[in-house]
Amino acid sequence: MDKPSKSNIRIGFYVCHCGSNIAAMVDCPAVAKYVETLPNVVLSRDYKYMCSDPGQELIQKDIAEFKLNRVVVASCSPLLHEHTFRGAVEAGGLNPFFFQMVNIREHDSWVHTDKAEATAKAKELARAAVLRVAQHKALEVKKVPIHPDALVVGGGIAGIHAAMTLANAGKKVFLVEREPSIGGHMAKFDKTFPTLDCAACILTPKMSAVGTHPNITLLSYSEVTKLDGYVGNYTVTVKRKPRYIIEDKCTGCQDCIVNCVYKEPKFRDEFNEGLGKRKPVYIPFPQATPQVVAIDPKTCLNFRNGELTNKCKKSCVTACGEKQAIDFNQQETFLDLKVGTIIITTGFQTFDAKRMPQYGYGKYPNVYTALEIERLVNTSGPTGGHVVMRDGKTEPKSIGIIHCVGSRDKKTNRWCSRVCCMYSMKLAHLLKEHTGAEVYSFYIDMRTPGKGYEEFYDKLLEEGVHFIRGRVGEVTDWAMSKEEMEEGKLIIRVEDTLAGYVRRIPFDMVVLATGMEAQSDAQDVRRLFNMSCGSEGFFLERHPKLAPVSTFTEGIFIAGACQGPRDIPDTVAQAGAAAAEALALIDKGHIEQEPNTAYIIEEECCGCKSCLPLCPYTAITFDTGKKKAVINEALCKGCGTCVAACPSGSIVQNLFDDDEIFSEIQGVLAHE
Amino acid sequence: MSEQWQPRIVAFFCNWCTYTAADLAGVSRLKYAANTRVIRLMCSGRVDPQFILDALAKGADAVLIGGCHPFDCHYAEGNYKCLRRFQLLKRMLKDMGIEEQRVRLEWISAAEGEKVKRVINEMTETIRALGPLGIPQKFAAWDQEMEAFAAHVEAGEALKTPCSAHAPQQEPAHV
Repeated sequence: MDKPSKSNIRIGFYVCHCGSNIAAMVDCPAVAKYVETLPNVVLSRDYKYMCSDPGQELIQKDIAEFKLNRVVVASCSPLLHEHTFRGAVEAGGLNPFFFQMVNIREHDSWVHTDKAEATAKAKELARAAVLRVAQHKALEVKKVPIHPDALVVGGGIAGIHAAMTLANAGKKVFLVEREPSIGGHMAKFDKTFPTLDCAACILTPKMSAVGTHPNITLLSYSEVTKLDGYVGNYTVTVKRKPRYIIEDKCTGCQDCIVNCVYKEPKFRDEFNEGLGKRKPVYIPFPQATPQVVAIDPKTCLNFRNGELTNKCKKSCVTACGEKQAIDFNQQETFLDLKVGTIIITTGFQTFDAKRMPQYGYGKYPNVYTALEIERLVNTSGPTGGHVVMRDGKTEPKSIGIIHCVGSRDKKTNRWCSRVCCMYSMKLAHLLKEHTGAEVYSFYIDMRTPGKGYEEFYDKLLEEGVHFIRGRVGEVTDWAMSKEEMEEGKLIIRVEDTLAGYVRRIPFDMVVLATGMEAQSDAQDVRRLFNMSCGSEGFFLERHPKLAPVSTFTEGIFIAGACQGPRDIPDTVAQAGAAAAEALALIDKGHIEQEPNTAYIIEEECCGCKSCLPLCPYTAITFDTGKKKAVINEALCKGCGTCVAACPSGSIVQNLFDDDEIFSEIQGVLAHE
Repeated sequence: MSEQWQPRIVAFFCNWCTYTAADLAGVSRLKYAANTRVIRLMCSGRVDPQFILDALAKGADAVLIGGCHPFDCHYAEGNYKCLRRFQLLKRMLKDMGIEEQRVRLEWISAAEGEKVKRVINEMTETIRALGPLGIPQKFAAWDQEMEAFAAHVEAGEALKTPCSAHAPQQEPAHV
């Protein structure tokens, strides 16, 4: 074949059918045939599955047989399989960076509808890669050691399980929790579906194990404020909020609480969803870990507007006595931690039921959220497990549970929260057990996928809980007639879609099964840890199927409901997976860094210093003797901002150097 | 393929947000116009204005740059650096007579597959309405003029040639 061929570059080109994923929209043989005519291309093939073992072996065989020294694969996104093919190229005996990938699946066959157009696009993208790869240089993967310690952010069941897994494997773990105690939402639950295990019985032993584990440093009432560094070598700044108690000295005796100048608890108890009261000095719940009290400066008499006034007689300090655990002068402190890997388990928040005013939450006292009911049926809850309405004495005789509040609704949250059907049934069972009331469940669809879940539904049907299919229109206290027993009740108006008519059913108590949504500050956390969020606000995993606990930032993993709504078994499984991923990194001992760093061609640098202020990582310094800029490769993260700014063109970014990109531009535009 | 004239758009997408968003558009099987050719960079801060000029000079009818939203850059602030250069370049392109709409900067996060589709479709329509930029053809025309002029000079007629022979070269490159 007679075609312009410079030097000794020998390119092998492969276009993947990806079954029919690509081949259905792109004429792969035509692409292969076209690429054969391009300069330096020695070999051009199309193959059904390039990423399969035979596909990779084909590359290796061809490298040897045809003396290829460059390889281009046109298939899926490089974010998915670049690593795979670099490995194949390396196994074939070439430097792994003599490889370029062309994305003709996500960026072409899947998004276009005209086969001729899609094929033309594939050809142009392939041409760009062929021109580019000729410019590629051999690069070395840099290995940096990994710090063996790990950080877990969020002390719910996911964080607890991840921390325990790592700690049991002998790794040092820092567990940061923003509340005074770990436990998260699970600590508030009464029983767990479908087995009806008591949540506290299965959770609290794990909590205290965390508290006493020699490998776990528990930082409660703390928040991560800053993250620096890169995978294997993160520096994390943790803010320790003042709880006005010296943790090491507090024994958890709670004498201070008994002796507080407030004789009766007076302030909203967050742990009990406001159904109970607490004092300014408090312990969130009996099994709190650490067993250390906290003082709330917003309500404590010794403070005013959060400022220390010392005007209280401080009976708590007297009660504490020789332990001297109370310190009103405590200030915020900041702690710097060095860790290699991070697991984010920041959980979820429940949907604010006030956003659906038609259900009357906040307007009618006897409309409850599900989480409030969890506390109400709980023996250690504000009423000791006695289910009474807000007047504090009346037991409900009839209860209506409304599913999908803030789920599966275009006006609020579109997704299914996955747990509400199950927990609504659990609450129906518990409420019936506690009060003997008639319980109605209003559902759109019953969703019970899970081990033993459908059986639980059957059990509820047998127990005589009434299930009515229909999205509830409104909850009202307007009684249509005395005869219907509606006076003084809450009336649920719903279209019973199975019976085919609109019903009004009076209840004493209404429970809203609120859905799960991302934490209100998830965006801040996302920025802090350099992650992405999906459009619904939950953290985005690297790949929905193949990398469900990884993020786009190496060494940072996610687990639990911060990634999407899920139940406890799935959360624990994910936490274990995230811990295993972290362990795989730690035990490998080193990280392989993508060699896309920038360097300066010293002879060409004119010493203008344009690049110095551009680097966000202060990787560029100025050598005053030589009057040249110098890049510290260890600090460079390979964004290329300085490269684009250098007026003399003397900064080069490996893997993305100017020649490579200019050839790519030429490739996508060259006329046939 | 439709018989309509198809604009050629070169896109520079950052690895972390916009390229990932384009992958998401693919995974979600969104459908959009096939006129854009994406070049992946690690950060929109890597977009050298020369890349944009080079793309236009080599025959692109438009250039699209995609980066992370403000505050969201994987490299902290590369997107701001990109924005600064972009503003300067836009003024320069305007002076050169290149329509504003031909160069576009968009912040598209990894979750916004839908936005990739919208922006590319919008841009394709806008550029189709504007028509070809055709810089390579203009270069060719200018080269011809220069050759003709050189021929004149060689023929010893340079002195007689009015200065207006230079004129087209200095005019802005509008159509």
